Amino acid sequence: MPGDDLKDGRIVIVGASLAGLRGAEALREEGFTGSLTVVGDEPYPPYDRPPLSKQVLLGQAPADTTGLPMRRDPDADWRLGVRATGVDPLGKRVVLDDGESLPFDRLLITTGTRARPWPNPEEAALDGVFTLRTRDDAGGLAKRLAAGPERVLVIGGGFTGSEIASACRERGLEVTVAERGPAPLVGALGGTLSKLAAVMQRNHGVDLRCGVTVTALRGDGNGRFTGADLSDGGRIDADVCVVALGAVRNVEWLAESGLAAGPRGIACDAGCRAFNMYGIVTDDVFVAGDVSRFPHPLFGYQMLSLEHWGNAVAQAEVAAHNMVSPGPLRRPHLTLPTFWSTQFGLNIKSVGVPTFSDHVVIAQGSLEARRLAMVYGYQGRVTAAVTVDMAKSLDYYRHLIEAAAPFPPPPGAADRAIAADIAIPSDVPDPKGLSHGPTVALTGYLPDRRLTVVQPTG
Amino acid sequence: MDSDTLLARITDYTSRPNPYPLYAELREAGPVVRQADGGYLIGTYHEISALLHDPRMSADPRTRTTPSLSEETPKPPFLRLDDPEHHRLRTLAMRPFGPPHSPGRVDAMRGEIAHITGELIEALRDREQIDVVDDFAYPLPITVICRLMGVPREDESLFQRWTDAIVASADIGPGEDTTERNKAAMQARQEMGRYLVNLAEQRRDRPTGDMLSDFINEPDLALRLTVEELAETAILLFIAGHETTVNLITNGVLTLLRQPDQLDRLRREPRLLPQAVEELLRYEPPVHMRERIPLADIDVAGTTIPKGTSVVLALASGSRDPKPFHEPDRFDPTRPDNQHFGFGSGIHLCYGAPLARIEAEAALGALIPRLGTARLVQDPPPYRQNAMLRGPRHLPIHL
Repeated sequence: MPGDDLKDGRIVIVGASLAGLRGAEALREEGFTGSLTVVGDEPYPPYDRPPLSKQVLLGQAPADTTGLPMRRDPDADWRLGVRATGVDPLGKRVVLDDGESLPFDRLLITTGTRARPWPNPEEAALDGVFTLRTRDDAGGLAKRLAAGPERVLVIGGGFTGSEIASACRERGLEVTVAERGPAPLVGALGGTLSKLAAVMQRNHGVDLRCGVTVTALRGDGNGRFTGADLSDGGRIDADVCVVALGAVRNVEWLAESGLAAGPRGIACDAGCRAFNMYGIVTDDVFVAGDVSRFPHPLFGYQMLSLEHWGNAVAQAEVAAHNMVSPGPLRRPHLTLPTFWSTQFGLNIKSVGVPTFSDHVVIAQGSLEARRLAMVYGYQGRVTAAVTVDMAKSLDYYRHLIEAAAPFPPPPGAADRAIAADIAIPSDVPDPKGLSHGPTVALTGYLPDRRLTVVQPTG
Repeated sequence: MDSDTLLARITDYTSRPNPYPLYAELREAGPVVRQADGGYLIGTYHEISALLHDPRMSADPRTRTTPSLSEETPKPPFLRLDDPEHHRLRTLAMRPFGPPHSPGRVDAMRGEIAHITGELIEALRDREQIDVVDDFAYPLPITVICRLMGVPREDESLFQRWTDAIVASADIGPGEDTTERNKAAMQARQEMGRYLVNLAEQRRDRPTGDMLSDFINEPDLALRLTVEELAETAILLFIAGHETTVNLITNGVLTLLRQPDQLDRLRREPRLLPQAVEELLRYEPPVHMRERIPLADIDVAGTTIPKGTSVVLALASGSRDPKPFHEPDRFDPTRPDNQHFGFGSGIHLCYGAPLARIEAEAALGALIPRLGTARLVQDPPPYRQNAMLRGPRHLPIHL
């Protein structure tokens, strides 16, 4: 048994994407000299995903060129193209689908998420129907877009769906977006900004259909996608369909592990240690990135579930530090959630948890100028801010969130909106009525905030 | 000594060679240090960072009431305007210079910068003693900005005089009579503005590939600067585009000659140069202070600063604050996570930073191999008057 202060021994990381790589690098940075094995089910070394829905779809970068630069050689045994199928917590082994099992002293789980598939497998298998999560997805979709389809149907108006629609318009392609909720991005940003998102989509020529669901995907008899039926009785003729219905946590392989793994992710403490199913914290299994759920003091210690690039990096570094450090030297993961999106010529950035809000104000700029800072409040304190083409203001609001500053924020900004003092409801809908996820969600104990939908797929 | 005289002592000319002990005193007395004239001085990293990002802090001198403005101030260039007007003008000014509209412009200057640097180095051959400022650090950026904007280098006697007058009036100092200085600067602004607009007019419909041509020939009327805006913007870009870079290069040579071990290291490991330039921007920055004015009463670390009061942010002190920087008074080209204030921060973050970085790298990269046996003739060297834009007037060295 190694002590708390693990400098050699065996560490296994399951998940070879951003969090897995940064975790591996950080372990070496922390002075870990033992054996390090990284398992990944894709056959590729770690690569970056944000460009897959942007530069790759625009044809500016091939899908195989988004490999992540390494900060240092993590000197790891890379087991790529191999799937982990289970964890034996007593024997401390990770079981692989090739029959092998890897013993560990510490395990880091960074298996992330996958695209939520179209619920009907036959329709999902039609030629021309895509999801977008992996390098192969993006490569295949980019090729189809380059071939100049007549129309692209995007199902789901979340960030991924909206970025895909934006790329299609930039390429001059006709595109229809079907969203079950009242507007795109509403699940992540609430009512006001979702209206701006809808206007931007329509101004850029997107055929945006809100309040409808796609009831069936149609094929031509030869297995080629030709269009879709809508719940309002309408039909869309299209030759490419992208299913952008949000993400599914990759936790099924942990079903027998006894860990607290469910559709919302794997629950862990502020130090990234996984809980088991009884709510007892483990001391040798750590979690980081999209697959984790962790408590955050700024949001009532509710469990946060994020699909953010920056969180994957920050949490992996904390997990790595804690994996090899004795108890009193361990650190909490307290980073504020931050994400960005580029679409329809706008740069959207968010800090905090916009869905943890009851009211909003436009503190700077205006909707008309397409340039603004919107501040979100919950019960009289600032909990989030979203900027549109105003990213340099974000640090100010980050500070207000960290300081639990009163909401609305103090007046006096030079480019203060006329109605900066008038708080309006944040209007964050129940995600049950949406075709997209919030990308940052509280999954914790408040029963009135059901921010995850479980959609059985099999 | 009393902390309410700190700004006066920092701006006093005798402090020019080494203001850093005063900055340490300022941080010690801080974070918020009231001055005898009613203004405030701030020199700690985190407070400066917060205020540079605070939308309630105005850069516009016309919002100031304490100390009161001595005379009517005309509309300043975008460097000293607030959003949304600042954003509008800066975005228009950026169109011919950087992304998203001109992403390749600065990068395309690399070859030319290397060529100019090579010529200047060649001219130093066989010389025993040179003045780093007049022989190198000044000619490089002035030649570059002339070519970039489309200003004839032969007109140097004109624009150098205007630049000196305008820069002198932009200095910070408590309680001095600035009437004469401001009058001279106003005059210089008018003349220089007319001169630059005239140059641009000559390129209307006959573009010569420079920024003045791009400004005057912008096809979209909604995106074209008015004559007044063009004058103010062109003056700003021309002056800011070379004045501070002169100091950056000169400070670089001075710092390395004072620390032969680091000079040796950079000679052996030229790949450290980009990081060394960043460290230089932290350790000996060309811009030492900026002024801001709160548009509402604001609370900074427990002190309420009233609306309209002058707040001087000592950026060079923040970049030497031991809280974020380990051993801040050590010049360390391998310093990790070096988030200095050399280019400011927030919405006024230096417009020309990418160009300055390329020029400083090219200049120091070419000079370092020649500094093998070099030594300073005079240490400290004679400094310019300006406390805000601080740098040596001459830097004589023996090669």
